[in-house]
Parts: sequence; structure tokens; C-alpha cells
Amino acid sequence: MVRLATVAKAGSEAGMDLEFRNVSHRFVLEGAPLPVLDRISLKVARGEFVALLGPSGCGKSTLLRLVAGLEPPSDGEVVADGQTIVGPDPSRVVMFQDPTLFPWRNVRDNVALGLEAQGVLRTGRARIDETLRLVGLERFAKAYPHQLSGGMAQRVALARALVNDPELLILDEPLGKLDSLTRLSMQGEIVNLWRDAGFTTLLVTHDIEEALLMATRIIVLSDRPASIKADIRIDRPYPRHRGNSDLVTTRREILGLLGFEAAW
Amino acid sequence: MSSLSPIAEHLNSSDSARAPIATRDNIARSGLAIGAGAAWLLLAFITLRWPDLGDWGRGPELAIAASALGAALIAGALLGTIWEPGAARLRRATPWLLALGLFLSVWQATTAKLGILPQPFFPPPHAILEVFIEDWAKLGQSVAASVKLELLGFLVGAAGGFVTGVLLGWSRAFGYWAHPIMRLIGPLPAIAWLPIAFYAFPSSWSASIFLIGLTTGFPVTVLTWSGVASVNSSYYDVARTLGASRLFLVFKVAIPAALPHVFVGLFMGLGASFAVLVTAEMMGVKAGLGFYLQWAQGWAAYANMYAALLVMSLMCTSFVTLLFKIRDRLLSYKKADVQW
Repeated sequence: MVRLATVAKAGSEAGMDLEFRNVSHRFVLEGAPLPVLDRISLKVARGEFVALLGPSGCGKSTLLRLVAGLEPPSDGEVVADGQTIVGPDPSRVVMFQDPTLFPWRNVRDNVALGLEAQGVLRTGRARIDETLRLVGLERFAKAYPHQLSGGMAQRVALARALVNDPELLILDEPLGKLDSLTRLSMQGEIVNLWRDAGFTTLLVTHDIEEALLMATRIIVLSDRPASIKADIRIDRPYPRHRGNSDLVTTRREILGLLGFEAAW
Repeated sequence: MSSLSPIAEHLNSSDSARAPIATRDNIARSGLAIGAGAAWLLLAFITLRWPDLGDWGRGPELAIAASALGAALIAGALLGTIWEPGAARLRRATPWLLALGLFLSVWQATTAKLGILPQPFFPPPHAILEVFIEDWAKLGQSVAASVKLELLGFLVGAAGGFVTGVLLGWSRAFGYWAHPIMRLIGPLPAIAWLPIAFYAFPSSWSASIFLIGLTTGFPVTVLTWSGVASVNSSYYDVARTLGASRLFLVFKVAIPAALPHVFVGLFMGLGASFAVLVTAEMMGVKAGLGFYLQWAQGWAAYANMYAALLVMSLMCTSFVTLLFKIRDRLLSYKKADVQW
């Protein structure tokens, strides 16, 4: 893994603080309101790596859509650096569960998407090359998405996010569909990138181990409508080992919170 | 070795240096090429040596051309390994050349020589050759006129259909007004407009552009619209989180994503527009291949009609080929599916 040198921002300036103020959200399903988020209040400090952990379908991804500004919350507000979020902004970038690369663009042009949309493509060419090198895909710049493996495609999606020099990286189960080895190495890579660049990171996952290995803080969410069940700090140095006794204890604690006390 | 024919022996000895394995294939191949050559020599023989029942011109020219092709095929079979790329290309065509030579021979025999097929409705090959030799200027002008009309009408219709389709897929307000109109007018065969259009437009030529455009525009509109409407919504999510404006979403996300659909629409529109082109030329426009056909029919010049039909099909297939070439270029990121 190449270290971020020039991509990183100067220490304390990097990252973004976030606050969820009494956020509720509902969808309308067949004419009836379906509440998905129930009065979520949460503060995330600049540079934290927060994992949102909860049962499948509990509304974790909806929370991320609100932070990304793709939807406004039904009630309450999400505040980033003191400003209420009203729409998407390239300082808050998302890596989705599917890479969703544009099939008609090659790898390089996919990575260039954000710079192009913001009208700064001409000044950003060197940055694109650098980011491609960072995720180890510089030799595949001219390849098209259908020629890539799942892990490579997700790396392109990561590069597409990082090239915008985000203050908040939003990860919506981005490793969920990868094979377990690719997954392991990308978990490590993302943690390294975050430690070097210092952006705030929100990770949605239903994999307790992934949250334990990567995050500085784990928010355990209840079943739908999601509310916060527990807020757990993980003060362990990186790289973490999955067999570490503290992590094993926390794992058991979280399993209990999710209603799996009896599980191994 | 001694049991093989001299030809095979020749092939064998010259091949053994490079490709010692595929000799049996080579024998079969040169056999086929010799057969094809023989078929064309047969055509030349029938044309020249068997007296015609009637008076059709250009028999000697056809015989010369056919025997030249026949001789070339046989020579190629014997010396096939001299120019490998050319030989490889020719090999693919050999079965077709054989079939074509036989077909023309049968055609020649059943028309000019035996009169089995009723005359003058089925002119012999050398009568059609005569049309090409003597009337090429008029045919050429007709092709030019048809290409111009078709191209203009198609481009107008394709552009209009594309813009309408994108707007239908993108703007609700536009859809409110345009959708009912499209549903009402789109399925109407453009030919039905013909009588009105010829009055309403200043010339039958501009009327024809309108009709061809209408025919092309409908499928392009519907397919573009469905293409834009079916764009994966997460493409928009990705672009929006990266700071994309509405214009960016239309031009850099929706349209490229919809392009494969658009080309299906263009293909359908092109196919349908040929019918309108020929009809319009037959009914009102005093130029083009449709008009030539009409004119030839008036003079009972059947050979001219067949010649015009042949040219017309070459023109239409060239248009389709061109469309596919453009498509393959623009959609080069996709794995090639259909080769036209």
C-alpha cells in the first residue's frame, strides 16, 4: 500500500465534525408511513472512524443517504461543520455497496468523474494519476469496468471518492460483496488511508468483526425504526488482531445487544 | 504421394515448408475454388455458345467478365499460397462464389436460352448488365437523390426523436404535453400523411423529408425515452454526491447510459424510413431510385427494375452498415454483440 503523502491534508484541518439532531425519517410504503429512523442524536468528532452496526434492513443506509444529502430527513437535521446539510457536496463522498462505475467510462475517466463534475478536471490530472497509484490501479487506467474483478472495481470506486479530497468518507457496506481475502486487504487499506489523510469516516456494516477491526467507535442500532442502542469506543492501536481479548469481549457484548447472547 | 493429383502434390510440396499439417483441408479448399471457377466458366460458356431466344445485349461482356472471374478462381486455387492474406479472404467467399456462379448459370439457361421463365418479366443476367453499362448515369443520379433525401430525413427525425426522448425522460412538464401527442401521432403510419403532406408543404421533396423524419423519429423517441427512464438511479446518486449539476446529470450520465437504447431506436427508425423513402419517391418526388423504379415500370423496362432493386438494396444495407459502424465506435466499451 502506497502511503498518502500529498493527498493528505495538513493534520488538524482534515475531517469534518457531524451532528445528528433528533433525526427521524420515514418512507411511504403502499400508502402507509414506514418509520425507519427514530430520533437519532449523535455527535461525531473530526477525524473519527465511526461504524454504524445494526441488523439488516434497520435503516443504517438511510442514515448515510441523509448525511450524503441525497435525501432530507423527515424530522430533525444533520449538521456538518456547523452547517445544516441540505444537499450533496463533494466534501462528503460515498462509496456504495456496488461499485456503480459508469460502464462507458474507462477506469481513469471514472476516477475523474468528481473533478469533471466540479469543473476542475484540467487542474486535477496529476491528482487522478496519484490516486490511481494509491489504490494500485495505475496500470489499469485504460481498462473498462467490465474487464475488472469485483475487488478492482471497488478500488476504482474508492479512488473515485478519494480524488475529491473528502472531509467525510461515507462507506455503505462497500466490502460486503467481496471475497473474504480481498475484503481483508481492503479493510487494512481503508484504515491506512484514513489514518494518513485524517478525514472523518462513517462505515455502515452488519459485520461486527469489520467494525471492530476498523473503527474507533461503534454505534449499535436497533431494529427498524433504528434508534441508538449503544455507543462503544474502541481504543485499540492499529493494526488490530481479531483474536485480541478486548475485541473478543466487545464482540460478545455487541452480539448480546443485537440479541445473539447464545451465539458463539 | 504418387497417388495424389498433380494439384494436390503441388499444394503439398509448397505447403510442407510452412504448414505441413493442414494439407487435407487445403486440397478440399482448392477443390472448392476450382469448382467455383468452373461454375463461372460454365456461365460464360452458356452465355456465349447457346443462342439467345430473343434480343438481349451485352452477352459478350458478361461472358468475358464471367470467364475472367472463373479463370482467376482456378488460378488462385492452384497458386493459393502465394499471397496468403488475399487467399484467406477469398477462401471465406469461395462457397458463395460457387453458389452464385451456379445460380447465374441456371438463371441464364431458364431465361434467355430456354424461356422457361415468362418473358419479359424475368430478363436474363446480361440484360441487367446492359442496364448498368448503358444507364449508369441515370442510376447514379437516382442513387444520389435517394441518399440525399434519406439522409436529410433520417437526420432530422433522429435529432428530433432524440431530443424529444431525452426531454420525455427528464422533464415532467414536457412529458405532460408531449406524451399524449406522441401516443396519438407516433403509431400512425407516415404514409397516411402523404396526400396531406404533399399539399401542406411547399414541395413534395420537403414533404418527404417530413415523412421520413416522422417515421424515424417515433422509434427513436420511444427508445431514447425508455433508455433515459431506465438509467440505474444509483448512477445519479454517485454523480450527485460528487458535485454534479443537473446539466451534468443529463449530458454525462443519462444520455451516455441511454445510448445503447438510442441505437436500437435509430436502427428501427432507419429500417422503417426506407419504406417511406421509396413510397414518397414513387408517389411524388421526381427523383431517386423509387422514381426510377416507377419510371421503368411505365416503360415495361423490367431489366431496369431489377437493376434499380439491386442498387436500392445495396444503398439500404450500406446505411445500416454505417449506422452499426457508428454504434460500434460510440459503444466500444461494450463487448461486441451483433456483427452486421
